[in-house]
Amino acid sequence: MSTAAAGVRVRTRGAAAAPAGWGAWSVAGAVLAFLVVFLLVPVGLVVYTAFVDGAGAFTLGHFGNFFGQSLFTEAFVNSLVVALASVAVASLIAVPLAYLTVRFEFRGALLIQTLGVLPLVMPPFVGAVALQLIFGRNGSVNLLLDEWFGFKVPIMDGLVGVVFVESIHYFPFILLNLVAAMRNIDGAMEESAQNLGARGLRLFRRIIFPLAMPGFLAGAALVFVKVFDDLGTPLVMGVTNMLAPQAYLRITSVGIDDPMGYVISVLMIGFSILALWLAARMTAGRDYATLQKGGGSLQRRRLGRGQAVLAYGWIALVLAVVLAPHLAILLMSFARVWSFSVLPDAYTLDHYAAVFADAQHMIGNTLLYCLLAAGLDVLIGTAIAWLILRTTLPARRWLDSLASIALAIPGLVLAIGYLRLFRGVDLPFTDTPVITSWVLIMLAYAVRRLPYALRACMAALQQVHVSLEEAAQSLGATRWRTARRVMVPLMAGGILAGFVTSFVTAAVELSATILLTSAESQAPMSYGIYLYMQSAAGRGPGAALGVLAVVVVALGTWASHRFAERSRTPERATA
Amino acid sequence: MKKVSLEARHISLSYGSHEVLRDIDLRVEPGEFFALLGPSGSGKSTLLRLIAGFNRHQRGELLVDGQDITGVPPHARNIGMVFQSYALWPHLNVWDNVAFGLVERRETRDAVRRKVAAALELVGLADYAKRRPGQLSGGQQQRVALARTVVVEPRLLLLDEPLSNLDKNLRVQMRDELKRLQRTLGLTTVFVTHDQEEAMTTADRMAVLDHGVLQQVGSATGLFDEPVNRFVAGFVGTANLLEGRVEAVEEDGSVRFDAQGVGPVRLPAAALAGPPPAPGPAAMAFRPHQVLLQAPAEPTDPARVWLDGTVESAEFLGEFSRYRLRVGRAALVADQPHYAGHPVLAPGAFVRLGIAPAQVRFLSA
Repeated sequence: MSTAAAGVRVRTRGAAAAPAGWGAWSVAGAVLAFLVVFLLVPVGLVVYTAFVDGAGAFTLGHFGNFFGQSLFTEAFVNSLVVALASVAVASLIAVPLAYLTVRFEFRGALLIQTLGVLPLVMPPFVGAVALQLIFGRNGSVNLLLDEWFGFKVPIMDGLVGVVFVESIHYFPFILLNLVAAMRNIDGAMEESAQNLGARGLRLFRRIIFPLAMPGFLAGAALVFVKVFDDLGTPLVMGVTNMLAPQAYLRITSVGIDDPMGYVISVLMIGFSILALWLAARMTAGRDYATLQKGGGSLQRRRLGRGQAVLAYGWIALVLAVVLAPHLAILLMSFARVWSFSVLPDAYTLDHYAAVFADAQHMIGNTLLYCLLAAGLDVLIGTAIAWLILRTTLPARRWLDSLASIALAIPGLVLAIGYLRLFRGVDLPFTDTPVITSWVLIMLAYAVRRLPYALRACMAALQQVHVSLEEAAQSLGATRWRTARRVMVPLMAGGILAGFVTSFVTAAVELSATILLTSAESQAPMSYGIYLYMQSAAGRGPGAALGVLAVVVVALGTWASHRFAERSRTPERATA
Repeated sequence: MKKVSLEARHISLSYGSHEVLRDIDLRVEPGEFFALLGPSGSGKSTLLRLIAGFNRHQRGELLVDGQDITGVPPHARNIGMVFQSYALWPHLNVWDNVAFGLVERRETRDAVRRKVAAALELVGLADYAKRRPGQLSGGQQQRVALARTVVVEPRLLLLDEPLSNLDKNLRVQMRDELKRLQRTLGLTTVFVTHDQEEAMTTADRMAVLDHGVLQQVGSATGLFDEPVNRFVAGFVGTANLLEGRVEAVEEDGSVRFDAQGVGPVRLPAAALAGPPPAPGPAAMAFRPHQVLLQAPAEPTDPARVWLDGTVESAEFLGEFSRYRLRVGRAALVADQPHYAGHPVLAPGAFVRLGIAPAQVRFLSA
C-alpha cells in the first residue's frame, strides 16, 4: 500500500519537473566533474598505487610487506583495538545517559543535551592536550591523588590515553542517535512487555535497547570510523604505533612514493566502509518498531530517591570529565606558568596578545579556506538536491551516493591522493605547483564536508512544496528565475545550517591540513594549534588559539541549530 | 481583454504502462466557466496540470485560441493557475506575492504598484498587503492566490479544487465570489473538483471524467437529466439503477422491460421522452425524488408505473425522508418531501412505488 502510494507520488513529482533540459545536464556535468577530479580520482589513485609495483603490474607485495613488519602489524592491531575500545567506552557513557533522558522526568534533560554538544565543539587534538593537564601523569587530578593517597592513575598514557580522549570526544554521536531512536519507540511496546511481566533492567535489555538498535549501531559505526581514521589525537599525544600516524610519518619522512602510506590508506578506507556497511547490514531486513499512529512515545516516570542519586551522580561525573578539557584549555591560555601544580601559578593575557601578533594570518587563513569550502559545499549541495528532487535526469541519485563516499574517506587519505595526483602540475596561468597552493587545502575541506551540507540542502528542499515553484512558473518565471526568487529563498535556513556545519567542522580539521600545508604562511588555525603544541613554550599561545577555535565552533554550532530550527517552523514550510 | 477558447484534441498521457488520460477530446468556449468533475484518480487534476504545462501528454494536441501549445514551457504559456494548497510563498508578504508575476514580466514600478493595488482591492484585501501568508485565514489565502493569478491578466484561469481547503460556510461564500470574479473579468476558466454540487452550482458546463476517460460533457441540467451511462447517472446526483433487459418496443411505442429480480415492467409510450431504447441489456434509471410512495390501499395514478415493495430503513433528513426499499430482489431508494404531520414510514411497512415514465432513462452503457 504505502510503497504504491509513494510510487505514485514520485511519479507525479517526476512529472512535475520538466524533462531534463540542457540546464540540468550542464549542472549535473559540472557537479560530476568536481566529484570525479577531487574525490574519485585521488582516492582511486591511492588504492591503485597500493596494488601496483614499480613497473605498473598488479601486486599484493606491498600488503605482504606491510604485514611482514612487526611495526605495522602492531600499529594495525593497535588502531583496531583503540577504535573498538573507544566504541565500548563511549557506549558505557552514552547508553545510561540516553536511557535517563528518554525514561525519566527530571531536570537533567537540558544538562544531557548540553553534554551531547559540548565535547563536539572542541577539536579532539586540542582536547588531548587539555586532558593531559587535568588527567596526565603530572596533571591536576594525579597531583591531588598523589598528595592525598600516594598513587597516580596513568589514564592518559599510551593507547589507554587515546581511548580515553576519543571516547570523551565522540560519545555524543552514540548519545544523539540513541536518544533519537528511543524517542521513536511506541509506548505500547513497552507496556505490553510490562503487561507480560518484564520490568526494570530486563525490560530495557529485552525490549527497549533492541528496538533502539538501529540508532545505536549508526552512532557506534560513526565513532569507530572517526577513531580509526583520527590522526591528530595520537600525534598530539605522542602515540605513533597506530595506523594513521604511521602513514603520516612514512609520507613525510620517506616520501610520497613510499607504498606503505598507500597500504595503510587502503586499510583505513576498507575498515571505514566495512564498519558503515556492517551497521547498515545488521539492521537491514529487520523490522524495527517506530511510532504507530495514535501511539505515544515511552512513558516517563519520576525518579525514585535512590535512582535520583545514581542518575545525578553519573551525570555530574560525566559532565565534570567533559568540562575538564574546556576548563583546562581556558586556564592554560591564561596561565603564565602551569606545571607540576594543580592550578596555574600566575595568570596573564600575554598568550592572546602573542596569538594576535603572530598568528593573525592563521585566523585569516581559516576564515578564507572554510568560508570558500562551505560556500562550495552548499552550492554543490543545492545543485545535487535540485537535480535529485526536481529533475528527471537519469541516474541522478548516483550523485548523492558519490558525494557520500567522502564520509568513508579519511582526511589523510584524501590529502595523500591530492599530493600524488597533482604532483608536478602547475596552477593554470602561474608557475606555482598545485600542491603548494592553499587551494588544495580548501578543496579537501569542501570534499570532506560535502555530505553534511548535502544532507542539509536535501532536507531543506524536501520541505519546499513543489507547487510553490510551479506557481512561480505559471506566473511567468523561468526555471532559473524560479530557483532564484522562490526555491533558494525558501531553502535559505537549511542552506545556512549546512554552510555553518561545513564551516565549523572544516575549521578544526587537522589530518588533511597537516599534509597539505606546505608553508607556514598558508597554515590555518588548526595547523597553528598543532605547531604551537609541539613545544613547551608554545603551549600557552596554542591554548589561546584553541580557545578561539572552540568559541568559533561553539558559536557556529549554535547558529546552525538556530537556522535549522527556523527553517523548520510551520510558517516557512507551508504549502 | 480578448477571450480565448481551449481545445483538447485526442490527448493521451501515461506513466509507464499506467494510462492516466485516454483520448480526451474537449472544447471550452471563450469566457466560459468550465468544470472538470470526477472522483479521485480520474485524471482531472492531471488534465488541469497538463493545460498549465506541468505534465506533458504523449499524444494529441492542446490548443489555446486555436494554437497548439504542446511543448511550450509553463512560464511562457500565460495561463494562470490557483493551486489547491494556494502555494503562497511564505517568505514574501501579500503584496510581494501578488507582485511576483508582474515583476517577472518586467513591468514598470508604477504599473506594478497600480495593478497590485487594484487586484487586492478586487478581492477585498487592500488592508492586508503587509501581512505574511501564515497570518491569514484560509479564505484570505485563497483570495491572495486568486489576486496573484489574475493580476497578470492570464489568457486562461485554472483552479485546482479551489474550495476544498475551506470550511463549509466559507465554501458557499467563496463559490459566489469566484463566480462574480469570473463574470467581472470574463476569463475563460477551468476548474477541477470532485464535488458534483460545487460543479453544478458554479460552472456553465462541465466534463465528467472517470479512469482517464471523458464520460460526458454538458450543462448541469443536461448531465442530470440525460446521463449517457451508469457512471454519470450515479456520479451527478443519485440514481436508482434497475438492471435488466429491454425486451421489445411494441408497435404502439410502449417499452417492455424485464427487470432482474423484479419481473416485467411495461412503460406506456406516450410519456417516454426521447427516441425509443434499443432492445438488449440495460439499466432503467430514475432519481429517488421522482418516486412517489403510497400505502397499498390508496388509489393509484394510472399514468405512473407501479411496483410493490417494503421499507428496509428510513433516514429522516429534515426536508425529506430517504427510504431504502426492497422491490423483489432489487434495492431502490426513494426520497419523500416532508411536511409537519406526515409520519415517517417504519421499516417493514408495505408500500407502492409510483414512477413517472417521463423521468425514466434506459442506459445501455
